[in-house]
This record gives sequence, C-alpha cells and structure tokens, in this order.
Amino acid sequence: MSEVLLQMEGITKEFPGVLALNNCQFELRRGEVHALMGENGAGKSTMMKILTGVYQKDEGTVTYQGKPVELTNPKAAQDAGISMIHQELNLAPDLTVAQNIFIGREPRRRLRLFLDDQALHRQVKALFQRMGLDMDPAIQVSELTVAKQQMVEIAKALSYNADVLVMDEPTAALSETEIEDLFRIIRQLRADGVGIVYISHRMDEIKRITDRITVMRDGQYIDTVLTAEVTTQDIISKMVGRQIYETSKPEAAAGERETVLEVKGLNQGRALRDISFTLRKGEILGIAGLVGAGRTELARAIFGADRIQSGEIYIHGSRVKMRGPHDAVRLGIGYLSEDRKRYGCVVDLDVKSNVVIASYPGFLRPGGWVNTVKIRKQAEDMVERLKVKTPHVDQEVKFLSGGNQQKVVIGKWLTRDCDILIFDEPTRGIDVGAKSEIYRLLNELAAQGKSIIMISSELPEILRMSHRILVMCEGRITGELDHEEATQETIMHLATARM
Amino acid sequence: MNIQIKSGALQQVLALASLVVLIVFFTISSSNFFQFSNIVGILLSTAVIGVLALGSTFVIITGGIDLSVGTVMTLSGVMTGVCITFWGLPVPVGILGGILMGALCGLLSGTAVAKMKIPPFIATLAMMMIAKGLALIISGAKPVYFNDAESFAEVSQGSVLGWLIPGLDIPNAVVIFFVAAIVGYLILSKTIIGRYNFALGSNEEATRLSGVNVGFWKIVIYTLTGAFTGLAGVMMASRLNSANPALGAGYELEAIAAVVIGGTSLSGGKGTIIGTVIGALIMSVLTNGLRILSVPQEWQTVVVGFVIILAVYADILRRRKA
Ligand SMILES: Nc1ncnc2c1ncn2[C@@H]1O[C@H](COP(=O)(O)OP(=O)(O)OP(=O)(O)O)[C@@H](O)[C@H]1O
Ligand SMILES: [Mg+2]
Repeated sequence: MSEVLLQMEGITKEFPGVLALNNCQFELRRGEVHALMGENGAGKSTMMKILTGVYQKDEGTVTYQGKPVELTNPKAAQDAGISMIHQELNLAPDLTVAQNIFIGREPRRRLRLFLDDQALHRQVKALFQRMGLDMDPAIQVSELTVAKQQMVEIAKALSYNADVLVMDEPTAALSETEIEDLFRIIRQLRADGVGIVYISHRMDEIKRITDRITVMRDGQYIDTVLTAEVTTQDIISKMVGRQIYETSKPEAAAGERETVLEVKGLNQGRALRDISFTLRKGEILGIAGLVGAGRTELARAIFGADRIQSGEIYIHGSRVKMRGPHDAVRLGIGYLSEDRKRYGCVVDLDVKSNVVIASYPGFLRPGGWVNTVKIRKQAEDMVERLKVKTPHVDQEVKFLSGGNQQKVVIGKWLTRDCDILIFDEPTRGIDVGAKSEIYRLLNELAAQGKSIIMISSELPEILRMSHRILVMCEGRITGELDHEEATQETIMHLATARM
Repeated sequence: MNIQIKSGALQQVLALASLVVLIVFFTISSSNFFQFSNIVGILLSTAVIGVLALGSTFVIITGGIDLSVGTVMTLSGVMTGVCITFWGLPVPVGILGGILMGALCGLLSGTAVAKMKIPPFIATLAMMMIAKGLALIISGAKPVYFNDAESFAEVSQGSVLGWLIPGLDIPNAVVIFFVAAIVGYLILSKTIIGRYNFALGSNEEATRLSGVNVGFWKIVIYTLTGAFTGLAGVMMASRLNSANPALGAGYELEAIAAVVIGGTSLSGGKGTIIGTVIGALIMSVLTNGLRILSVPQEWQTVVVGFVIILAVYADILRRRKA
C-alpha cells in the first residue's frame, strides 16, 4: 500500500452539551479514496472540520506528511494542501463563478492594484477543462442550480492543488450524469496521488468509488475496512448497531380513491409546460426526472411559492388561487424543500421554534400569547418520534448535523398535520437508518389517508415507495407509470425522452 | 443547559456591566453625578429616545431599518397639537391621535416594504421626508402650543409616582418609558409577533415557505414601530408643552445607535428589549456625565461615536468566540 499521508489519533471534541468526538482516529494514504461513514450526527463532518481547521480539537494529534501539525484555521489547512468541500454550500451568491473560485486570490496586474479578469477566466477555463465541466465562468452563482453550485465548490477546492481533498456529501445534490463526472474527476485525482476523504450516505457510491471505509458511531471510531472485502450489510450493521426497517413494495392504492389535488394545464415560462395530473387520497405519488427537469419548480408552483402563468389547481374538487405559501398551508399543503439550509429551516432559531414555525396559530393562548409549554412538549415529542439527535430542544438548528436538520424540517410539517405533503428529496443527506425511518413514516402517513408527492433523484427510492410515478423531462410530464410497470429503465427512458 | 438563553444573557450582562462601569466612573469623577435629581434628569432625557429605540428594535430585528422615526415622532406630536389646540378635542383623544398617526406612518412604510418590495432604507427615507413635510403643513409651519390644555403637560412632566409615594418625584415620562419597555418585552418574547419577527429576520424565505404570511407580519411590525414612535412624539410634545414641526430629524440615528449598543444586530434575527433599554441608558449616562465633567458638546458627540464602535466590536468579538 502507498505511503500514509495523514494520520489523526485520539481526537476528542466537545461542544456545549455534546461530546461530538470521543477518541477518534482516521488514516489516509496517498492515492486512496477513503470513505467516512456513520449515522447522522456520528461526527463525520466534525472530524473533517477539525482536520481542515474549522474547529479546534480538544485532544488528539494530527500527523500530516510525517510531521505533527496544528491547523488552526481553514487558510492554514489550505496552504498546507488540505481542502474541504463542505456539506453546506459556501459561495457568495452575487459573485460570478470565477470570482468565487478565486476569491481572495484574484490574479492581479499593474502593481497588483488592478484585477486581471482575463487571467482569471483563463485559469478557470483551464480548471473546468481538467474537470470536463461545461460552465460559463462569468455567470452569477445565484443563477445556478444547487447541483451546479456544488460543481463550483469542487472546482474551488481543486484549484488549491490540494494533496488532501475532503468531500462532505458531494453528491447529495447531483444528478446521475453529474455524479459520473465527479467520479471521473475523483479517479483522476486518485491517479495523481491525491488522498480523498469521501463522506456519503449512499452505499452504492461508496462501493463504486472508495478503496477503504472508516465507520463511526456516536462520536466513536468503530472500524476501518477494505471496501472490496465487505458487504453492504456488514457496513450497515457496523454503522447502526441495530436492525433497520425494510420497506416492501407498496400495495396498489386501493381502487379509485377520491382525488384530493388536481392540476390542470400548469405553465410557467420554460420551467413548466402544460402540467396536468391528479393526486389521490392515501397515495404516494413519486416524481422522477433528472436535475433540472422542473420537479422542484412544480412543487413550488403548487405550494404557491412562485407565481404560475396559467393553469388551474383544484383541492378537494374546488378551484384554488394561491397568493403565497401561507394560502397553501392554510389549505393543508406542506412543502419540504430540497435546500434545507436556505429554504427548509431557520438555522439561527432553536429546534422548538423550527418545529412549530408553520403551526403557531395552534400554539397560542387567547390574545396571541405563545404557549411555550405546549411548544416545548410538541418539539420534544417530535425529537423523540423522529429520533433527532440534539441535546435539547433549545439547541439552535445550526448546531445540528445535516441529517438532523432535515428531520427537524420533517417535524415541522408533521406538526402542521397537512393533508397533502410535498417532499422534495426527503432523504437527502440522511443515513440508512434514518432513511428507513422516513420510509416508514411516509407509508404510515399514506395509510392514515394523507397524500404525498415525493420528488427524488434516487430511483430505487422512487420505485420502492411510490404507488404511481410521474416522470418529468424539461418541464413536461413525459409519462405516468403504475408501480407495477415501473423499472429503472422505463423511468430513465422517459426522463430523457426529449433529449 | 440552555445555550441560547445563556449567550443572550451574557450579552445583556456585558452591556449592563458597561453601564455600571460608566456610572461608577462618573460617580468617582464628580460628586454631582450620583444625585437623585441628576439621576432623574438622566432618566428623563432617556425617556423619549428610549421609546423611539424600543420601537426601532422591532424593525431592526426583521433585518430592516426605520429612518423615519425621528420625523414621524415630530409629526405625531404635531398631530396631538392639532387635535388638542386647533380642534379643541379632549387630551386623551389627542394622545390617541398622535399614537395613531405614528402607527399610520408605520403602516405605510411597512406596506411599501412588504408589498411594493421597496428596500426599507429607501421606503423609510421617503417616509422621513413625507412626515417632515406633513408636520410643517398641518402645523402651519409654526410650533403648536398646548396653553389651553394644561393637563397635557402632566403626561410627561407630572409625577403619578410622586403623588402615590410622596418624595419619589419621578416624572411620568420615565414611568411611561419603563412601561413601554415591559410591553415591548412581552410582545417580543411572548407573542406570535415576536416569534415571527425573529423568524423572518433570520431567514425570511424559509419563514415564508413555512406558510407564514411574511408580508402581513412585516406590516404589523412596522406599524408597531410606528405606534411606539407616535407615543414618543406625544411624550416629547408634553415635555416641551409644544409641538415644534422643525424638531426631530436626527433622532432616528440616536435611536438606532441605542439599539445597536444594546446588542441588536443590524443584519436581523438577533436582539432584545432589555439590551435596547440598557443601550439608551448608556447613551444618556455618557452625555450627562461628560457634560458634568465639562466636556464640550462637540467632544461629547465624538465620544458617543467611539462608544458605538466599541460596543458593536465587543459584540462581534463575543460572537466570534461563541
Ligand atoms: N458547532 C456545534 N455546536 C454544537 N454541537 C455541534 C456543533 N457541530 C456539530 N455538533 C454536534 O456534534 C455531533 C456530530 O455532528 P456532525 O455534523 O459531525 O455529524 P455528521 O456525522 O456529519 O452527521 P450528518 O450525516 O447528519 O451530516 C452532532 O450531534 C451535532 O449536533
Ligand atoms: Mg455532516
């Protein structure tokens, strides 16, 4: 095996009330892709944030290229050749792609007083070429989809010529083709001798791209194994240490149930074209498609978050016009956004406020006074029911791990008790155990007579969960499949129908 | 155990500590400072700015700003004068008229911000001019005196406390300030308005997508700020026993300064009423103390400027550590 590039030993880190890491270890060799796995809140991100100088460790040693190092800030880590692509995107939305990549290191000319935009774009183009990425460096980041922004983050990390590259759930927002692009880049970097840490909850990816796997659980180191020598089941049992819920294929939705939501001829610029479909009581309706197919736009349009140009929406048979999400929520619709940090939760507020934010009217005493006792009780119930890992419900959501934030957002909509729930990528960034909990929850909700629209880029998930599947491509619905006739192939065929 | 409350409390402890340090410093420096009459004077001079700052706190927590509070305060005072002196209405009606005028201005600013999507800085800048002009128009560009309604002066200058407890001659304006602070505190921390205020100040889009009608609540919040501003206008008019349409510009900046010294973040989502009360007190203790030490007026202003920078910097340092 190749030389050891990085060694972390005895790492301990405590946050107020949370022992995030307890005597953890990690080793990375030159030219390997090393997966870091564990449930939500296991401490993966924290471990890597310590490596890259974002957090300071309480105890332990880091040995890098044979020498002990103290990396006290991200800049020091970057200069030493350790870069990280964070789970949350960290781009300046109003700057261009090129400006974001070279932020703080802009090429300059004439006494270093003037920015050299030409050199900047040249360098970025070269970088994109190496990545095989087709993107205009002059476009504003705010114009890009989450997936594209993710690619920019990767480009930024690569631009430091890193020896160690940490990727924290890089594929969470990527489509199949983009994942292929990423893997190509990873393989190339591996061949160049870069050590890559790859954090992901997706077993299939881990199997495909990584050489070794380190498993963590509850802030502790469990084991390091060779990817080729373990089965998925082994890994999962190391990660969770318990049995997980297996979903069976859903039963066919019982006969012709009543229609709760009907959309007719919905149009919105180029994003949505002539969309018509129905959603029945107690049904899970999957919406599949590639990133950019218009699935999120459709969800937002139904939820009243964006204006529609034309088209009609009927709820329980009567026509509704929505002036904004508040109307949708009043009509019993809930929407879980794919971008939880921006649109899902208010990260500066605590867990309990986030849980009840969509339902305050139900948590008031006469006269508009908030009923803090009831709110706390509700939040504690949700934390318990969804197994959110948090020391207490007064914790600000920004201190929760990514997957636990997602659970809080789900808790928000369960608290509201909506009839129609639109889940946009509900299991993004969620570990296997929690994923199966969410599947169970969706099935439970459907059984209670709630209607669910589930948007997902993970085909196995769509196939497993949906009673019916709509496939979208370039803003249109290109097909509707019954769960019995749907296969990965039929869906992919429809999802690329117009390309 | 409770992290959020802990850090919030720390912030107030810090502000309070600076206030105490200032008071101790001035007490040692001059024997005239810690006198009952001087303390009452400080409180009295805090009252109007304090009520303005209380109101401003709400808008600032939304991540917005209200530049119109100075001239809206004037307009409200003038409105009270018009009601009482020109129209001969009873004093309570005049007071209500002043407060409603403030609320109406807030309602308009809020509508411009929330419905017309005009940035708060611009919308309230416009409202600042509108209020200034209107104050001149309805007063006939002259101060309005309250000579016919003697009881009006009692609103600020009288002392209900002194009447209840002889010897405790604290003017009503001070009492009104503290009552307003308690009301503000209750609204901000115990009612739905406060909850939505923090939520939309932290992440407006996520709040909107949670089904909160953020436009409506923003209007409510600007109107609330306006009502506090109206109250300040009434207090001011009562204290001077006249409503001068030319006064008032510049007060908004002092109010904002008090809010910021009190630890409320201009980027929204963070802030407390107690902080604002302490911030307002720090400002007036400082000016009063410096005056007692015979520091010239110009230099007082310079010092206050530096204090703002220090206070905000201390807050930033604290946040960075947390
Ligand atoms: N800044 C912080 N303050 C307090 N607690 C924190 C902070 N950062 C992380 N934690 C806590 O430390 C634990 C580990 O979090 P971490 O983000 O490392 O998990 P993770 O393994 O990356 O999970 P996920 O898969 O959900 O991203 C969690 O319980 C989290 O709540
Ligand atoms: Mg993480």
